[in-house]
Amino acid sequence: MLLELSRVSKSFGPVEVLSEVDLAIDAGEVCALVGDNGAGKSTLVKCIAGIHTVDGGTVAVDGRSRDISGPRDAAALGIEVVYQDLALCDNLDVVENMFLGREKLHGVVLDDDAMEQLAAETLDSLAVRTIRNLRQNVASLSGGQRQTVAIAKAVLWNSRLVILDEPTAALGVAQTRQVLELIRRLADQGLAVLYISHNLNDVFAVADRIAALYLGRMAAVLDAADATQSQVVELITSGRSGEVGLTETNGVRP
Amino acid sequence: MSTDVQNPPETRSEAGAARAVAAHFRDYLAKVRGGEVGALPAVTGIIALCVVFGAADPVFLSVGNLANLFGQGAAVACIAMGLVFVLIIGEIDLSAGYASGVCAALMAVALTEWGMPWPVAIGVAIAAGVAIGLLLGAIVVKLGIPSFVVTLAAFLAFQGIVLIILDKGANISINNETVKAIAGGNLERWQGWTLLVVTVAAYAALQLSRWRRRVGRGLVHEPFAVVCARIAALAALLAATVFLLNLERSANPQLVSLTGVPVVVVVLGALFVLWSFVLHRTRFGRHLYAVGGNAEAALRAGVAVDRVRIAAFVICSAMAAVGGIVAASRAASVDPNTGGSNVLLLSVGAAVIGGASLFGGKGTVRAALLGGAVVAIINNGMGLMGLDAGVRFGVTGAVLLLAAGVDAMSRGRGALFGRH
Repeated sequence: MLLELSRVSKSFGPVEVLSEVDLAIDAGEVCALVGDNGAGKSTLVKCIAGIHTVDGGTVAVDGRSRDISGPRDAAALGIEVVYQDLALCDNLDVVENMFLGREKLHGVVLDDDAMEQLAAETLDSLAVRTIRNLRQNVASLSGGQRQTVAIAKAVLWNSRLVILDEPTAALGVAQTRQVLELIRRLADQGLAVLYISHNLNDVFAVADRIAALYLGRMAAVLDAADATQSQVVELITSGRSGEVGLTETNGVRP
Repeated sequence: MSTDVQNPPETRSEAGAARAVAAHFRDYLAKVRGGEVGALPAVTGIIALCVVFGAADPVFLSVGNLANLFGQGAAVACIAMGLVFVLIIGEIDLSAGYASGVCAALMAVALTEWGMPWPVAIGVAIAAGVAIGLLLGAIVVKLGIPSFVVTLAAFLAFQGIVLIILDKGANISINNETVKAIAGGNLERWQGWTLLVVTVAAYAALQLSRWRRRVGRGLVHEPFAVVCARIAALAALLAATVFLLNLERSANPQLVSLTGVPVVVVVLGALFVLWSFVLHRTRFGRHLYAVGGNAEAALRAGVAVDRVRIAAFVICSAMAAVGGIVAASRAASVDPNTGGSNVLLLSVGAAVIGGASLFGGKGTVRAALLGGAVVAIINNGMGLMGLDAGVRFGVTGAVLLLAAGVDAMSRGRGALFGRH
């Protein structure tokens, strides 16, 4: 397993946001993380990304328990996050955004040509054809193109696990399809993808497995091929669906 | 051009080259329509103003007045260059004018009362600027007080500090010839030409090597003709300037000869190259734009946002010190009004007229120089026309408003045409 969370807990003061969550993601698969607002999806992502430290449980990468205490630790382990609000700078161009914070230097001088070449190669490897001019400001790109840049930025760094926080939330139909295809391609190239979404159509379109969080607890992790939409909806809304899910859902653990 | 350069497919034939140039031109027009107007408004403004003032009073276009313009605009242009750094990160420094006064006063005191040699005195002034910037930046960044308030407070406080340094407002004369030469001296004729050759050669070498590198790597590159045209344009512009400034401009040449490129032009040129390099070719410069564009994104990308922001204030105040030194050199004295009255507003105006945005994320050193030129030309031209100060202030204010309007409109266009 590339990433393995076991019994991960996180509290903010008296509020327990995550309670003994287990989740494993392997290379080459897309794992969707679903759950209602407040179920703890964002907190879980931030724990993996090193923005929050976990209170209990372990985060293991490649089978070894790791102490991720900052975004740089996560990046060093090959974990990259594409946030919901994109985290792109409108006034910088595509290349500048992709290398922001990790610019290639030639002495003290920026090596813009090398960066442009690497960016072009990365976009090529992802079969991205929607962005023609790498030197245009991100402000002039469409939502789908911006999302593509954000994802390509995450892939640039020999990353092994890419976490996508609602990448299609603001996109139209055609652009959503482009981004979903891109996500599938990431997994096909051997990356692990953790994909957070509210849209179950998108989830079923791209995910290999579906993990449903309910009030900070992992209700179930299902194979997408065996699951149905109504089953996932029940897991999201009540933490339980037939035989699968939490046995006790009113806040008291069984 | 030697034949060993690989020609890209589109420039192999002459028709192809023409097509590439046309495509390049179309790209530029599309950019302008999309709101990235760059230096266009400022350059248009300079040309229009020169035509109007030249028609109103031929003295405006005289060589003597050209040299005069550089001296008149230099201090404001220096302060504006520094302000660009603060504007890029979306902040403002209202104290830059009086900061320049404080630093100039310190230099004057160091020269006269403390008897220091001129390099030390100038060093004291710039060090004071750096210290002021550190203090302002630390307060804004670490305490989270809006820069508008912090620097407004500093604006008032520095006014008082100038009075204290100058011992209740006395006027200190500067007699050091070297310091006076910064804004008052001229180069020898041959020095001007040498400088021109060195500058153009360096620019051409940089442009051509960059072009070759990009062609070699197979990256998108400008047509060769456009690169050559740009080098030729710079060479022609600089050559014309040096030629004009090398002409005799004394009213009475038998009595005293007045020729050569003013030293202050070299000072402005050197500062322009230095800060342009920092802004566009270093990691720090890239991070400045990132912080101004989306500070949250910069933070997540691992940019040391706080340090970058403090550094912007330090550069701004240090450049204010340079502006103060230039102003003191030009007046050959420092008084409580040095850096006062409208200096700050003209400097902010210069940066905005040139294309820096008050909304952050946008601005170049070139913008500050071009905007500084517009401001200087307005003041100079209307002074020659005999219009009184009231009208001059009014017109400068109107131009500033116009420039801010262009900025706001270009942002609107960017949003309208950019995102689908």
